[in-house]
Amino acid sequence: MRHHLILRVVSKLLIPFILLYALYVQFHGDFGPGGGFQAGVIFAAAFVLYALIFGVQAARKAFPDSWLAILIPLGVLIFAGTGIASLLLGGTFLDYDVLASTPTGGQHLGILVVEFGVGVTVTAVMIAIFFAYAGRTHEIQDDDW
Amino acid sequence: MESGIVNILVDISLMTLLGITAIGIVRSRNLFATAMLSGIYSLISAAVFVTLDAVDVAFTEAAVGAGISTVLMLGAMTLTRRSEKHAIKLHIGPLFVTIGIGAALIYGTVDMPPFGSTDAPGFQHIVPEYIAGSRDDIQVPNIVTSILASYRGFDTLGETAVIFAAGIGVLFLLGRRREDEEADESSNSGKGEDA
Repeated sequence: MRHHLILRVVSKLLIPFILLYALYVQFHGDFGPGGGFQAGVIFAAAFVLYALIFGVQAARKAFPDSWLAILIPLGVLIFAGTGIASLLLGGTFLDYDVLASTPTGGQHLGILVVEFGVGVTVTAVMIAIFFAYAGRTHEIQDDDW
Repeated sequence: MESGIVNILVDISLMTLLGITAIGIVRSRNLFATAMLSGIYSLISAAVFVTLDAVDVAFTEAAVGAGISTVLMLGAMTLTRRSEKHAIKLHIGPLFVTIGIGAALIYGTVDMPPFGSTDAPGFQHIVPEYIAGSRDDIQVPNIVTSILASYRGFDTLGETAVIFAAGIGVLFLLGRRREDEEADESSNSGKGEDA
């Protein structure tokens, strides 16, 4: 899509805002609609858009495969680790009350951390699945459609 | 009263669009059109969820259904042919099963409590506790988040593990690129992709 000037310019403008919006959805999820699942998908969608316009190779450079192998398990580990932390602090598994000095503060902290874990895994899995599919076809030419 | 009529009109037009899109998906033999129509179907569903005040679900539907899965369908389509091989053939048996199940489901909705009714059985059991707890104990304005991440944290951990397993599975099956492609890429890598 090298000659699609309008698509390239518009997507270059849009991508930073999509990423920013994903972060807003991620960390504002307990006040408005959204959360880790939605934020992860939106974050991944920014990379998918980048790959569609500028090519999968460029996207792989922006988000190397080695990151995926780390980030996919990391999110689950953050989530499960929060549960372990609450166990070690004397609560039950995933009981966030004990994570901070007040139960409410602990709940806020716990929700924020586990949502972050969800977001990390969802982002990485979505990008990994997209790369796995997109990496198997050669560049699609416009007249293929 | 005014807003009630507007709501009904919005519902009717959204449902009509859903129906038209579904018929389009069934009738189209062109896989590109089918993939795009599925995305449109998801987007209209998201609008329906918004009218039902389920913004979190609408959000997910728009991002996953209309966004990522459309792209994945298109990606999968490029690996195969662009149009369905077989012509439309009417199968009587499946048609009757579908109509029967559809009729039973519609018959079932007759007994359902009206939309938004607080007397609905779903709101009697544990939901009042969750609502009071979200307000007093957790103090998070979005009850969906407090249920998802705190009350049902264990379920959500399971869901995250499912996504993790799906990602690992796809990486194992499709992630490794074939050797000849990697050779292709190393010879092309000097070209550069700077825009």
